[in-house]
Amino acid sequence: MATSATLPARPKGGARSFISRLKGGDEAARLITMAFAASILLVTVALVWQLWQSSSLARAKFGLTFLTTSDWDPVSGVFGSLPFIYGTVLTSALALLIAVPLGVGAAIFLAELATPRISSVFTFFIELLAAVPSVIYGVLGVFTLVPVMRDYVEPFLKKHFGFLPIFSGTILGVGYLTAGTILAIMVLPFIISISREALLEVPSEQREAALALGATRWESTWQAVLPWARLGIFGSIFLALARALGETMAVTMVIGNGLAITPSLFAPGYTIAAVLANEFAEATGDLYPSALVALGLVLFLLTIVINALARVLIIATTRRGSSHP
Amino acid sequence: MTLRNRWRQILSHVMLALTGVCAVVAVSLLFVILGYLVYNGWRSLDWNFFTKLPKSPGETGGGMANAIVGSGEIVALASMLGLPVGFMAGVYLSEFSGKMFGSLIRYTADLLNGVPSIVIGIFAWAVVVHPMKSYSALAGAFALSLILIPITARSTEQFMVSVPQTLREGALALGASKWKTIATVVVPAAYRGIATGMILGVARIAGETAPLLFTSLSNQYWNTSLTQPTASLPYMIFIRALSPYDDWHRQAWAAGMVLLFLVLLSNMAARLILSRGIAVQK
Amino acid sequence: MTMGTANKPSPSSTAGKRAGQPAKLEARNLNFFYGAYQALHDISLEVPAQQITALIGPSGCGKSTFLRTLNRINETIRNTRVEGQVLLDGEDVLQMDVTGLRRRVGMVFQKSNPFPKSIFDNVAYGLKVNGFGGRLSDAVEHSLKRAALWEEVKDKLHKSAYALSGGQQQRLCIARALAVDPEVLLLDEPCSALDPIATAKIEDLLFTLKDQCTIVIVTHNMQQAARVADHTGFFLLGKLIEYNTTEIIFKTPTKQETEDYITGRFG
Repeated sequence: MATSATLPARPKGGARSFISRLKGGDEAARLITMAFAASILLVTVALVWQLWQSSSLARAKFGLTFLTTSDWDPVSGVFGSLPFIYGTVLTSALALLIAVPLGVGAAIFLAELATPRISSVFTFFIELLAAVPSVIYGVLGVFTLVPVMRDYVEPFLKKHFGFLPIFSGTILGVGYLTAGTILAIMVLPFIISISREALLEVPSEQREAALALGATRWESTWQAVLPWARLGIFGSIFLALARALGETMAVTMVIGNGLAITPSLFAPGYTIAAVLANEFAEATGDLYPSALVALGLVLFLLTIVINALARVLIIATTRRGSSHP
Repeated sequence: MTLRNRWRQILSHVMLALTGVCAVVAVSLLFVILGYLVYNGWRSLDWNFFTKLPKSPGETGGGMANAIVGSGEIVALASMLGLPVGFMAGVYLSEFSGKMFGSLIRYTADLLNGVPSIVIGIFAWAVVVHPMKSYSALAGAFALSLILIPITARSTEQFMVSVPQTLREGALALGASKWKTIATVVVPAAYRGIATGMILGVARIAGETAPLLFTSLSNQYWNTSLTQPTASLPYMIFIRALSPYDDWHRQAWAAGMVLLFLVLLSNMAARLILSRGIAVQK
Repeated sequence: MTMGTANKPSPSSTAGKRAGQPAKLEARNLNFFYGAYQALHDISLEVPAQQITALIGPSGCGKSTFLRTLNRINETIRNTRVEGQVLLDGEDVLQMDVTGLRRRVGMVFQKSNPFPKSIFDNVAYGLKVNGFGGRLSDAVEHSLKRAALWEEVKDKLHKSAYALSGGQQQRLCIARALAVDPEVLLLDEPCSALDPIATAKIEDLLFTLKDQCTIVIVTHNMQQAARVADHTGFFLLGKLIEYNTTEIIFKTPTKQETEDYITGRFG
């Protein structure tokens, strides 16, 4: 056997040093990679702890009134964050109002009607939309969307629906409606891609059963397919909501930085992320930054909760198998 | 056909056509964005843009050279920090982790992934900027690496787990130790997916602005020091767009176009590499 | 095929051993558990050196599980437990350094599993990983010749292993296993995914290899066992029912279950 001469001697029994060295290699590899994995844990814990610490001054001073008062006056040291919470919730709600019908509609088209080829091409482009950086949306928002809102959309709404308080008030172009619109565009890809996957998972028997009973194509989709996929679709909505809540740059650039809480959608507003973006670098003293960090903590908790709900819903869809809940 | 059925058919056609409209609208958004950026940004792109420092508004000939270099610095540093950590964590999750600890890490990684990037910026501010009493490229890179780590970890794990177990057994049966099997068989088998995951992650952080707002901030001049505020492309876009000067608006468009092209090209390249790789493997 | 003979005690585990020669591989009271489920019950068996031993039995009878305990590859599965002993040249493999064990006891798997590397790198892998000091190209050529694959691949050593046919890939895996010069070669249903011609090539290969190597082959194909093996063990429901020279097992089995299986009453 030509090869045995040049292979290292076969380890006969009792090669204990061999054992410990080799075992050490695997054990070392496990420990090293585990350390890196644990660093994720460490960073997250540190993040939460740091947010808590740095906001302690503001929390101690204001307590829960921080969330319920609307007077934000850094100069006099009064910090009530209600305008930001209001704006965050409002813009996110607007975004969903616009994006959900549009997104679920598109998802239905891609999952039910389009040929596989068209579906994958369209999906490719829609997923690219998700990769567009927020600041780019902001640039488009400032230079393209704001004039359109100011010159066409908002006057139209005011003219025909101005009796409603939400469509009354001065038109500036920037404001809640514009911010909500741009957020809608940004969360649209997420709703489409996750809803589409949820719809694709619906077994064809559901569709066929409805059609066999004489339902039209639309009726079978609306009444048989969509309900089956509803968990995944809701999951996508929650995911979109979580993203909308935390979205910073695009919103900051088109929301107008207004502190008043008004029902008008045309009015300038503020969101938690936007005020952080605008004021954090300039915050002087100790209380001011602390208040801002407290806002960050609020945003953090909000997004964690919504994300967790989204994940539960999405996992519930994939785990379901063949039985309908 | 009865009137009612007629109506149901019409409704069906209309609704389904509407869904098609929704899909077309969604896809065309991408092209609208691209179109506007190219149309407005193309004219402002000149040699100066890439080589000169910013000038005061009203002066012509300014550029964003320092922002381009600064972004490059910050993203490179963030990648050096974030990619190895994410990769190793992914290897752990795929090859070594126990059920409970593994789930905990995964859950935490997903959690970190969902944190708004501005909150990550706050954390980086508190941990790096506040003690250092100075904005710095380091702080910006730190913030970006925190975004990169969980996405790299999860995508590395995803691709390593998809390597068939029989390949591992084949290597082990030849006398390879576990870590050698991972390094010489599993990782090479999964490298395509791992690499594209990394490309996508880096493209994502290259476009992030919020975490830089109060970590690396900006700088009018050339800066190579990591401990000084550093200009970055996304930040410049933000500032220029909100300024009152037309000149600077044009620069915002141009910079936006450059940034978008970089991000989209790397995204498309990554996806194409991935799909081609899967075809080859079969 | 055979008439049932009265069950008489058979010289089972010592069958076929040349007088005075110790067994190459021996299992003593081996029990194996997947979690709470016991897959192997008290297996005792001696594999003689430089012969071919076949393990047969219906699906799920534990023959593959048993084979996989011999090179401890079952340890990659979570929650498994072994009780008893497996001895290689008299030494307990469960106490041995596992990577050293696996160099001496090689394995070829049911579905060929070449690495996504070139043909050359596949064969060279075991050598590199174990610290081979000589000329790789010579060693690779030697292995490929032993596996009767050299002529077919010598011009395309740097092509991907996946460019080969199923039968060629399996012979590549054999070459890969042979490269580190193992004392024992374990084959787990190596031909189950192959056509008869490829199967015949591999069976011929086993004959040429047994002079240099002890071979244990698990097969669900009784005719294959009858063709190639010197000794055969029949497994059923995790127990070793009967173990003897192939001739006795197939012509005059002592246990009723063996005879039922051989004559095709089940399995």
